Amino acid sequence: MASSYLTIPARRHGGGKSFRGHGGGYHNAASLTLERYLQDLPIAEVPTSPLRPQFHTGRLPNSKLSDGKPRLLLMGQRRSGKSSISSVVFHKMPPTETLFLESTARIQKDSMHSFMDFQVWDFPGQLDFFDPAFDVDNIFGEIGALIWVIDAQDDYLDAINRLNTTILHLQQTYPSINVEVFIHKVDGLSEDYKADTFRDVIQRIQDELSDAGYENAPVSFYQTSIYDHSIFEAFSKVIQKLIPQLPTLESLLDSLCNNCRIEKAFLFDVLSKIYIAADTTPSDISSYEISSDYIDVIVDVSEIYGWDRPSKAAENEVDGEDQIENPDAESVITLQNDSYLYLREINKYLALICLMREDSRGKKGLIDYNVGVFQDALAQVFTR
Amino acid sequence: MDYDRKAKKKKVLLMGKSGSGKTSMRSIIFSNYVAKDARRLGATIDVEHSHVKFLGNLTLNLWDCGGQDAFMENYLASQRDHVFSNVGVLIYVFDIESREFDRDMVTYSAVVRALRENSPSAAVFCLIHKMDLVQAEYRQKLFDERTNLVKERSEGFKITSFATSIWDQTLYKAWASIIYTLIPNLHVLEGYLRELAAAVEAEEIILFERTTFLVVTSVTSEIGALNPAHDRFERLSTIIKTFKQSLSRHTGLPRSSPQFAEFQVKTSRFNFFIARLTSNTYVLVVTPPGEAAFNTARINVLTARNDFANLDITGEVYPRGTGPAGAPHPASDEAAAAVAAARAAEDEDEHGSPS
Ligand SMILES: Nc1nc2c(ncn2[C@@H]2O[C@H](COP(=O)(O)OP(=O)(O)OP(=O)(O)O)[C@@H](O)[C@H]2O)c(=O)[nH]1
Ligand SMILES: Nc1nc2c(ncn2[C@@H]2O[C@H](COP(=O)(O)OP(=O)(O)OP(=O)(O)O)[C@@H](O)[C@H]2O)c(=O)[nH]1
Ligand SMILES: [Mg+2]
Ligand SMILES: [Mg+2]
Repeated sequence: MASSYLTIPARRHGGGKSFRGHGGGYHNAASLTLERYLQDLPIAEVPTSPLRPQFHTGRLPNSKLSDGKPRLLLMGQRRSGKSSISSVVFHKMPPTETLFLESTARIQKDSMHSFMDFQVWDFPGQLDFFDPAFDVDNIFGEIGALIWVIDAQDDYLDAINRLNTTILHLQQTYPSINVEVFIHKVDGLSEDYKADTFRDVIQRIQDELSDAGYENAPVSFYQTSIYDHSIFEAFSKVIQKLIPQLPTLESLLDSLCNNCRIEKAFLFDVLSKIYIAADTTPSDISSYEISSDYIDVIVDVSEIYGWDRPSKAAENEVDGEDQIENPDAESVITLQNDSYLYLREINKYLALICLMREDSRGKKGLIDYNVGVFQDALAQVFTR
Repeated sequence: MDYDRKAKKKKVLLMGKSGSGKTSMRSIIFSNYVAKDARRLGATIDVEHSHVKFLGNLTLNLWDCGGQDAFMENYLASQRDHVFSNVGVLIYVFDIESREFDRDMVTYSAVVRALRENSPSAAVFCLIHKMDLVQAEYRQKLFDERTNLVKERSEGFKITSFATSIWDQTLYKAWASIIYTLIPNLHVLEGYLRELAAAVEAEEIILFERTTFLVVTSVTSEIGALNPAHDRFERLSTIIKTFKQSLSRHTGLPRSSPQFAEFQVKTSRFNFFIARLTSNTYVLVVTPPGEAAFNTARINVLTARNDFANLDITGEVYPRGTGPAGAPHPASDEAAAAVAAARAAEDEDEHGSPS
């Protein structure tokens, strides 16, 4: 058959195969996240000790000084789904396995180890944290967000009452806490019923709060389920509020999109598949879903082919010819409907995903350049 | 090279007790169902026939035989000759959860006896199915036990057995192995692939059938053979098939359509791409890191399309080195691939649909 195969040209020093021309210490430090993804996995799966948090921070008990990790509190009635949410999002537990979770007896603390560290505290359903014996300050002192989980398939009036009491209580001492209400388990509901329930819950909470004289409370609402992407999307939005640099990230992504005619761009935390920023053009959840599934495939493929080869590359380095500078992982998928998916590893934790149409693809050089600029800017925003 | 162009039809019987999972697996492999869709399937009434066009002129003539007792009795009595003659392959599915294993064995023996009389040269595969319901540490032992019992009752047929589940990649491993024994001219195809792999210094090249994403064959280099992921072929089938479902939700195109024309990944440890090879196949190529090796491999594979298309007479034959006529940007490989993909979507209906 074909005898006319082209052969691989001899490798020249610096021969145009690096992804970016510009150097800087940052780029070298940022090689192969997907490999690190695998390394980081065990870290993320070890919950911090549920017993004495003051030890791992090395600070005095009850000190007001924070350990610098914003805290997300998961609260709500028993069996509303708090532990399921934390297991699915932070431990990659398959949703069906949450059926076997036991009721939580004491606070479970998890760390999300990423571009920024978070703590996620999963509370027992019936804990009364305003019991005087309880150290309220220690819990709410450095909190990033209070996530209140309401089971939409169950009678939710008690849940709403408890939530309102909590909000009113907190408002006096910690008025700046974001309250995020997850109207959860919506997978079992019909579209109509789902929409009605959502409206009803919002109405009741807002009415009661304003009756109590609390207008414009910082409360947001989400419809979630562990059986689809909605729980990840909701978590993304919750976490975005805790990133002070969000406006900067958004405007960086906006200009990337403008310059390269990208339709939608997301900056993902690869491990959790939470996106920490997106450009500001409106989009539906389908864009998020496909991006998130794209990360899954890339991670799966890397698990298969990212194994550590016996180093033939080392031989090459000896003769000094071959300078494949560990490029960041990159991927493109050409879809059947003339659009493209593009993934680019940004640093140890983050990946950029872009959805684009054909006309932006011809400009690979332009995209590489602009992504490089974005990457440099990001390195200044997040120093880790 | 010796190449047999005759169209080949193979009659494949899919049998086993009602509820053992025959229609589920057929729908997942051939009709782009996901495992959870299988819960909605009803019992099969009598026999459901489907024709599946495969590469190399092979057509599978699939008989999904409803397993309820009344139907089974019919197959073995009044329809005996009709059902059991000219069979190429019998795939017999055992439900691991079945509480009446002895009874299943009696039925199995009767089936194999009928096969012996009517199609003595048929190949027999046994799937010990729904393995997901068994705790991982007991699977191997249970599988070995069952396989031995089945062998004793196989009336002289040399059977091959697999442990399978629709919930993981084992299903793909079993079906790929079965199909592998049926594809004509594989040696020719494999010769071409080896030559290609050597020319582009690929670590691995895998050929997938287009709609099922079953692995047709593969070539692995010395280094590639050290890859610790031994189950990678069936894993890749599952990963790509699952991702195609996601793409279908995103693009709104039907699940059966190809969804993507090319998929590239570049990392500091390996580079990889999947592209359409012929109208019935995709090829996956893994090369060492570096742009040059990647680009060389890619160009060579796209050029080799023509040679492979000849092996696959249902495919279109392009003049060497050009894209299909009518591509909007003949200079662009991406565009050419996209057009080829879109075209292939048009002939979709004849693939895997029940007749
Ligand atoms: N349908 C559905 N069920 C869910 C969802 N999330 C959780 N569940 C189920 O809800 C049940 C209770 O979940 P848990 O996560 O243990 O609830 P919890 O809030 O942690 O309960 P306590 O620890 O007792 O406070 C489990 O059976 C989960 O499978 C969801 O999104 N949809
Ligand atoms: N746990 C598990 N369930 C399976 C598996 N394969 C199939 N099933 C389930 O088994 C049930 C019956 O599957 P079918 O495919 O309809 O069975 P069948 O063999 O075609 O049955 P008949 O048409 O009556 O002969 C479905 O509810 C499937 O969800 C498997 O691998 N594991
Ligand atoms: Mg719990
Ligand atoms: Mg059936």
